[in-house]
Amino acid sequence: MKNEMTVTFSSVSENESFARVTVAAFVSKLDPTMDELTEIKTVVSEAVTNCIIHAYNNEPHHEVTITCALIDEQVELIIKDNGIGIDDIDEARQPLYTSKPELERSGMGFTIIENFMDTVEVISNPEQGTTVHMTKQLTNAKTMCSS
Amino acid sequence: MGLHSTFAVKENVLVVRLSGELDHHEAEQLRKEWKEVMCEHDIKHVVLNLEAMDFMDSSGLGVVLGRYKEVLQLGGEMVVCSVSPPVRRLFEMSGLFKIVRLEENEQFALETLGVAS
Repeated sequence: MKNEMTVTFSSVSENESFARVTVAAFVSKLDPTMDELTEIKTVVSEAVTNCIIHAYNNEPHHEVTITCALIDEQVELIIKDNGIGIDDIDEARQPLYTSKPELERSGMGFTIIENFMDTVEVISNPEQGTTVHMTKQLTNAKTMCSS
Repeated sequence: MGLHSTFAVKENVLVVRLSGELDHHEAEQLRKEWKEVMCEHDIKHVVLNLEAMDFMDSSGLGVVLGRYKEVLQLGGEMVVCSVSPPVRRLFEMSGLFKIVRLEENEQFALETLGVAS
């Protein structure tokens, strides 16, 4: 069975915690481990921060959309913006790379996303926006108890 | 939930205790306060106590790395203590433990920097 939710919110940094808590609450239906939940919250935080800082250059009047789908034991996450896009996706995904070193960014956002998710696909077009499509298989043993 | 930070100066060591959630939203304010305290006092080393940290992402790493560079310029050292398993993973993933020393708790960390308890 597929269970899906979509949430759209303004590109302001206050919403980073809202985004990760909302996704965590939705994913909780699958009874993930604490580690898995922390990983998903971290990934949402990284991707939404990228939208706010990089895609929208800290302009607050844009929209970020998160779609989260639960399909059996798999979590599918799609985080989308309509911002400036990424010129060189391979470069952006390199550990420690940042386009904004003056902001004291660690450059670890995509590396953390890749470590915590099973698959990560980045689709980006200049001036049209970026969509990050991710999946993660939960490994918990709750199927043992299901009827 | 937000972030709560406290700063304490012990001899030439600044102890930074963080609790709550450190993300991009909270990072700006923390950076500002942390830099101010380091300017106002004669600091050489920093002990970062993360015992009550519930959540941290790469924006938090950025703030820690930024202060690490400042401590390095002062000829000092940064020591992190009481990290939770998720924060430990984040630090390991980003190679932070190659430059920042990890100690079990704040008291040990202070002792290694020559501050008597």
